Amino acid sequence: MSSPQLLQDVSSARLTWLRFKRHRLALASGIFLVVIYLTAGFCEFFAVYEPNSRNPRAIYAPPQQVHFIDPVEGFQLRPFVYGYHLTINPDTWVREYTEDHSQKFPLQFFAPGEAYQFWNLFGASRHFVTVPDTGYLHLFGTDKLGRDIFSRVLYGARISLSLGLLGVALTIVLGVLIGGLAGYLGGMVDNVIQRTIEVLQSIPTLPLWMALSAALPPHWSPLGVYFGIIVILSFIQWTGLARVVRGRFLALREEDFVVAARLLGAGRLRIIFRHLLPSFMSHIITTATLAIPGMILAETALSFLGVGLRAPIVSWGVLLQQAQNFQVIILTPWLLIPGVFVVLVVIAFNLLGDGMRDAADPYGGSNSA
Amino acid sequence: MSGFILRRLLAMIPTLLIISVIVFILIQLPPGDIISATLASLQQQGMEVSTEQIAALRAQYNLDDPMVVQYLRWITHFVQGDLGYSIKYQQPVNTLIWDRLGYTVLIAVASLLFTWALAIPIGIYSAVRQYGFGDYFFTVVGLLGLAIPNFMLALILMYCGYSWFGVSVGGLFSPELAEAPWSSAKFMDLLKHIWIPMIVIGTAGTASIMRVMRANLLDELSKPYVVTARAKGVRPLKLIMKYPVRIAINPFISTIGWLLPTLISGEAIVSIVLNLPTTGPLLLQALLSQDMYLAGSFIMLLSILTVLGMLLSDILLAALDPRIRYE
Repeated sequence: MSSPQLLQDVSSARLTWLRFKRHRLALASGIFLVVIYLTAGFCEFFAVYEPNSRNPRAIYAPPQQVHFIDPVEGFQLRPFVYGYHLTINPDTWVREYTEDHSQKFPLQFFAPGEAYQFWNLFGASRHFVTVPDTGYLHLFGTDKLGRDIFSRVLYGARISLSLGLLGVALTIVLGVLIGGLAGYLGGMVDNVIQRTIEVLQSIPTLPLWMALSAALPPHWSPLGVYFGIIVILSFIQWTGLARVVRGRFLALREEDFVVAARLLGAGRLRIIFRHLLPSFMSHIITTATLAIPGMILAETALSFLGVGLRAPIVSWGVLLQQAQNFQVIILTPWLLIPGVFVVLVVIAFNLLGDGMRDAADPYGGSNSA
Repeated sequence: MSGFILRRLLAMIPTLLIISVIVFILIQLPPGDIISATLASLQQQGMEVSTEQIAALRAQYNLDDPMVVQYLRWITHFVQGDLGYSIKYQQPVNTLIWDRLGYTVLIAVASLLFTWALAIPIGIYSAVRQYGFGDYFFTVVGLLGLAIPNFMLALILMYCGYSWFGVSVGGLFSPELAEAPWSSAKFMDLLKHIWIPMIVIGTAGTASIMRVMRANLLDELSKPYVVTARAKGVRPLKLIMKYPVRIAINPFISTIGWLLPTLISGEAIVSIVLNLPTTGPLLLQALLSQDMYLAGSFIMLLSILTVLGMLLSDILLAALDPRIRYE
């Protein structure tokens, strides 16, 4: 793709894609994110249980191991798990679970299990994986009420991941609008917006977020709190994007194609949305991608502290709230599993964003000489 | 130079004024006010409160004045050093806040130094050995540091500290020394505890600074003067340290400004997990019990600290970089 002849035959979107594909890590991250977003979207189907259904036979139970080899029957194609055998340590009163080899629950794929309402639209009971009615399946263990952590992580993914996307969408709208105004109008407006951004950026974010979300009225519905948190997070985050957009507008304002459009009688809004924005859309998308992990981390931190999302809602931060101190972690380390997902998603978004940044400028890099 | 500092100091005033308005709005945000909160706590203790008493209390706190008057009263008191009264702790905010703020500054500065001590050498190494094994290794580690939520890292370190060394690593002091007056023993005890928050808060910033250092140095290393020096046979170490590193390091001073809010944010949450005697846990308690004057004072003071830090970084930068003119 270095020959100029070839370059002219290929559209810029295709060039971007070709460049992006060379970043194996970014590509892999992108695929991982698509998979996890799909899983979160259809979490009723992929989860084994409903987020609030309890298994009284398994309180604080460790993750079950999936076996393929049965001591009597040898290797079998259908994986299975063993039931729990509970003993209470007479000295410490700690529950200790071991595998009970007399109870064997084979995994069944696409089989009927616990009933659920899919997207609140229709009832169904098929699950991706489940076990017969008499058994139970806790791949990531259970919490203090015997709720399945695997299922809760999937339901939490729906909240945490969508919150990241919606938050960034709002950030883009605010950032582009305000940054665009500052850059395009200049003068007084620019000055005021610049100062506002400086002020907002010099307040430590987490304390400000904590204060704002603690001020959300306690009688709000969980959904109201969810949107409240999104607004609060975007309220600070737009400043970074607005700066970038402003800088770009200032640079582009005097370009020939903008001047030409103005002389041809195009209105302000038309120039902004038809001519200026498309010329650095890729840049905005990249910046936004890199901002999503910040949103997810912020939600996790706020909910972990108990000022973010609240109990009936299941998010990764709410799940981590159970792991408040290290005594809990020593006894039940599997409560940190939601955190592993946070880390994976944040890393994936960072790698994806890096790859997009490199790919965003199709004519740069090796062809610039 | 002094004129430059004076101008910057004056420029701080409007910024702080706007922040104070935001903080005052925050104080007013929660539903109800100081009186309904006090009433609730009095009634919980089983006391009867008459309407006359309520009116007297409202008059005492001037709650029926317009917002602007209330704001002006609050800000003039604040400037005079009277930070208000905490309902939850039944004490003036002043007696609660200063020790904790001191520890916050201590931990933030320690973390900043830790970040630099780690990020600068690694950044230099990564630039010199670009695309080498070490470069990739540190990139991955840095990414992990960026991705692990602060509080989780703190929990994991506490877990490791407990299971490997058998020591409980929360707090800033051992229980027996916490209330003791300052002594060398207490200082040593502080050093034994401060490394965990330092590492936890520092790692988050290290990744980005490392990348900045690497990129800056790479830019410098490809310049003709470096090639010339190498051609003339300057020893490799001297070649790198003499000019390129000195130039590449400049942005660090200027990034203190945006690193500080991150550090203070990180400090807040890590302190809550580790139960450190800093601003974080008290701020959270204040917010949860809607003790808004205490919370507002904290946020205001933390913002002042940040703005001061930015000013300091501007002055340092102007002093260190002769190319910057103070017009």
